[in-house]
Amino acid sequence: MSTSPPVVQKDSSQIRQKEMIAAHFHRLALSPETGENNVYTFVPGNLTELIRAFDLLPVLPEINALQSGMRGKSREYIALAEKAGHSEDVCTYVKCDLGMMKSGNIGPTGERLPDPDLLLLSYTGCFTFLKWFEILQQEYKAPVVMLHVPYQGDGTITPHMRDYVVEQLRDKVIPALEEISGQAYDEAKLKGLLARSRQAEDDLVWVLQSARHRPSPIDAYFGAVYYVGPIFSAFRGTEEAVGYYRALREEVEERMAAGLGPVTPEGQLAEERYRVVVEGPPNWTSFREFWQMFVDEGAVVVASTYTKVGGTYDFGFRHDPEHPLETLADYCLGCYTNLNFPSRIDMLCRYIEEYQADGFLINSVKSCNSFSAGQLLILREVERRTGRPGGFIESDLVDPRYFSPANIKNRLESYFQMLDQKRSGGH
Amino acid sequence: MSTAAPPLSARQQFLRRAEDCYRDYSLQSVQDWKAATGGLAIGYMPIYIPRELLHSQGVLPVGLMGGGDDLEIIRGDAYYQSYICHIPRSTIELGLNGSLDPLDGMLFPAICDVIRNLSGMWKLLFPDKFAMYLDVPQDFHRLRGGRFWRQELEQLASQLTACGARPYDPDALRESLALYNTNRRLVQALYDLRIREPWRVPTSELYPLLRAGMVLPVETFTSWLEEFYQLLLADDTCRPMDQARVLLTGSFCEQPPLGLIRTLERAGCYIVDDDFAIIHRWLQHDIPLEGDPLENLANAFLEDAMASPTRYIDEAVKGAELVQRVQASRAEGVLFCAPSFCDPALLDQPMTVAAIEAAGIPWTAFKYSENTGQFQVIREQAGTFADALKLWSGH
Repeated sequence: MSTSPPVVQKDSSQIRQKEMIAAHFHRLALSPETGENNVYTFVPGNLTELIRAFDLLPVLPEINALQSGMRGKSREYIALAEKAGHSEDVCTYVKCDLGMMKSGNIGPTGERLPDPDLLLLSYTGCFTFLKWFEILQQEYKAPVVMLHVPYQGDGTITPHMRDYVVEQLRDKVIPALEEISGQAYDEAKLKGLLARSRQAEDDLVWVLQSARHRPSPIDAYFGAVYYVGPIFSAFRGTEEAVGYYRALREEVEERMAAGLGPVTPEGQLAEERYRVVVEGPPNWTSFREFWQMFVDEGAVVVASTYTKVGGTYDFGFRHDPEHPLETLADYCLGCYTNLNFPSRIDMLCRYIEEYQADGFLINSVKSCNSFSAGQLLILREVERRTGRPGGFIESDLVDPRYFSPANIKNRLESYFQMLDQKRSGGH
Repeated sequence: MSTAAPPLSARQQFLRRAEDCYRDYSLQSVQDWKAATGGLAIGYMPIYIPRELLHSQGVLPVGLMGGGDDLEIIRGDAYYQSYICHIPRSTIELGLNGSLDPLDGMLFPAICDVIRNLSGMWKLLFPDKFAMYLDVPQDFHRLRGGRFWRQELEQLASQLTACGARPYDPDALRESLALYNTNRRLVQALYDLRIREPWRVPTSELYPLLRAGMVLPVETFTSWLEEFYQLLLADDTCRPMDQARVLLTGSFCEQPPLGLIRTLERAGCYIVDDDFAIIHRWLQHDIPLEGDPLENLANAFLEDAMASPTRYIDEAVKGAELVQRVQASRAEGVLFCAPSFCDPALLDQPMTVAAIEAAGIPWTAFKYSENTGQFQVIREQAGTFADALKLWSGH
């Protein structure tokens, strides 16, 4: 007797998000026929509005890699890259992307993605990006333009950091986009896109901050990776994004009004037993299984740092149409992994307080030194400052060899028991 | 009946002094310098910092390259997962065990994500000490990266002054540029001599001197370089052996233990070029002394630096410089010798391997960590590689 797999529950925003992203991949697949050109770039510090201002299509290799992980393709892609000489020690996003390329560049919808017309190396918050695009440049023989975004080593954006980014945008990035697109830079068009970004950002922040309520109507990590998909990838500045975030907000408003918790893959979460903050990216190869471990315990993530990698909006930043290049610079400089350790710790402590979390969890992923190197100090420091217990688990972004379900489940169960003991006054 | 050990030769005495100096993790030489001058001492992580600027403000730049194979890591491991390289954990260990107390601050130049994060960790762990992340430009245009870098240098100078260093003075910087120009020329002279007569300049002897030069004042290091050069020329006991000439690359940050370098030599390799203590050779030429010295210092970084996995390679062909170095050093093969989990080195390696292969140059690769203690496998691999070079390279 065969048993059919459980039906995954999705709310309407998730369905809409999936359709939007699938449509983008389809458009990319058709681009050799339609003549639309594309720009490969990265999520942190992405310049989607600028790219769209030239009617170019963004391609995000990180998104392709995580999608490959979710589709169960990453193991073979990583193996291909390692066979080609890439070390087992380095980022699996890079290897997954290379393996996908070497396997015909088939994207998540099963269609072939176009080769890059331009590699826009927006070097924000992750040194590996720099290497990644050097590799892609060699593989594709595509033109590359580098945008070096200085790190917030002292926790602030200084005028000279902003000026440096603006100069690069004006003198290098825009001319490269003009050349690829055959269009002149149109500042009025960019301003229009930025104004739409701002609208979408307002609604995204409202949605993320809805998790302050009890019960939280959203899961701000597992659920929110779907929510940030459009704004962190190809859609910021578009009417589609504005419409999506308006609809998402309305959906969440309804949930709040009804006193409902988040939708999980198994449907409505019955009881919110634990409220936690999560630091670090999720594991994509076992995403559903990972989420289920939280659902089984009644744990809701009320805030996460991962949902700030493509832009930190909840402390006030919005794209400013009146200062288009300066605001793009500030955006790039303010992404989560471009913040220094004290700023990251401040953010976590603030989340724990503002979202009334019982504790926080760190998912330390092997592939991302930008996130992970030194996270044990974050654990210690946030515990010290907030008095809330921290948990620490280890996995990887897309390498299934580094996801040990039994080990992670065991640790999570122990962690939630610890929260129970803390509540009951035990030590 | 006991037999007294034969007296050490002048060369042996010199080498012992150099090794003792770089292995002194209590930084006694730094303490002595501070006591004598009253100046500040600022530590820095490897690759590159503008030492000339620090020197001109009366600051001793102290290069830190981890704890090597001398240090037992106890507390440092509590900060890092198993998949992070070794140098940050030994650096933290040195900080926590008090070894770095003589330093008045730390600089963390942009090397990789691990060192970048370490800069913030340092601020939290040692809040009473000066700590600065030094973001070097990856845009090498004078009007963009140049302007940014100059402003970073100005900010560094003013922050050092706030810590008690002398204010920035162009004339003092000009003098410092001249001193470091001389120093770089002497280092290069030793590298050139090793290319010509590698049997005369074993890397296992040159390396401790380069490491000592990371902690010594430039004036002292320069005199040591001169002394070593004269000792080498005066020593007529060295004879060429039938060894393979190799270029070693990948060891620009976390360094291999000295035992590994000796092992490679014993396995039949003459290391005729390398990435060790790279700051001594980071700039290829003299920095001009005419004109604005700060501008000259900034431009030297933009336009005269070695190709390195920590720098973006824009219009140049990836790996081309490595091929040129192989040719210039007349190396017969390349040893890719990188620390485990070193992102810049390991992500770069397939690209530079491609360049090396396209040029028909043989290569082999292995990894280490700074406290690697077992060399047998590496010895066999390097020995086989050296034998293959001797047998098949046609030289």
